Amino acid sequence: MTDVKPRIKVPKTAKKGEIVEIKTLVSHVMETGQRKDAEGKTIPRRIINRFTCELNGKPVCEMILHPAISANPYISFFVKVEESGTFVFSWFDDDGTVYKTESKIEVTA
Amino acid sequence: MRERSAASRRRVIQGAGALALGGLWLAGRPAEADLPKLQKLLAELTGGKTPQEGKVRLDMPEIAENGQTVPLTASVDSPMTANDYCKVIHILAEGNPEAGVCSFKFTPASGRAEFSTRMRLAQTQNVWAVAEMSDGSVWMTKTEVKVTIGGCGG
Repeated sequence: MTDVKPRIKVPKTAKKGEIVEIKTLVSHVMETGQRKDAEGKTIPRRIINRFTCELNGKPVCEMILHPAISANPYISFFVKVEESGTFVFSWFDDDGTVYKTESKIEVTA
Repeated sequence: MRERSAASRRRVIQGAGALALGGLWLAGRPAEADLPKLQKLLAELTGGKTPQEGKVRLDMPEIAENGQTVPLTASVDSPMTANDYCKVIHILAEGNPEAGVCSFKFTPASGRAEFSTRMRLAQTQNVWAVAEMSDGSVWMTKTEVKVTIGGCGG
């Protein structure tokens, strides 16, 4: 699907041990599987079912999503950064696609 | 004549009883309809542990004009150290077609046990936040959100 676009807001720098806030948004229909089309047929479910955040390859947090999460899922959370590195954010679609985006953070003493 | 009036009186009384019961059923319905479903999912998520009230905070608006997208923030007061941290916060809904909303799993690298997202609410209902800590204890809170336009229809 071409309509899926992840957006993130991550600080570029932080002090060692600082807790930074990360905001993410991905454009996605989050089709619940409850709705019916004009002919009365159920529209098949298609949602982002999982989201993960890693820093330098280590898992920081993970979210399991159900159809009750709104379209264009917004997720914000916190990370305690101890070292410079790269965040990797991944969104897992019901259709098997994984959408990934990265962001670098520089940590000062 | 006497016979007939006795019969009709009986019918009136029966009718009133049925109405009263029906009224009770209607009044009790919105919040209770899906509680067994929620309890079943809760037992699966917590391994059968009964949550204690407290520790978790769930911030949501009291009134949601649009049930399609209702903001929520869930948090637990935890030091988030390697030995003492919040492992997961589950969000559950009493009055949606499915009880599960989301589960957010933390690690000590999270630094703070708090997350925000936006959810769908089909109708006015209680939303639950259930947290499991690294020591195995399970905590919960719930909050009622009044919904003007439901968010799961089609």
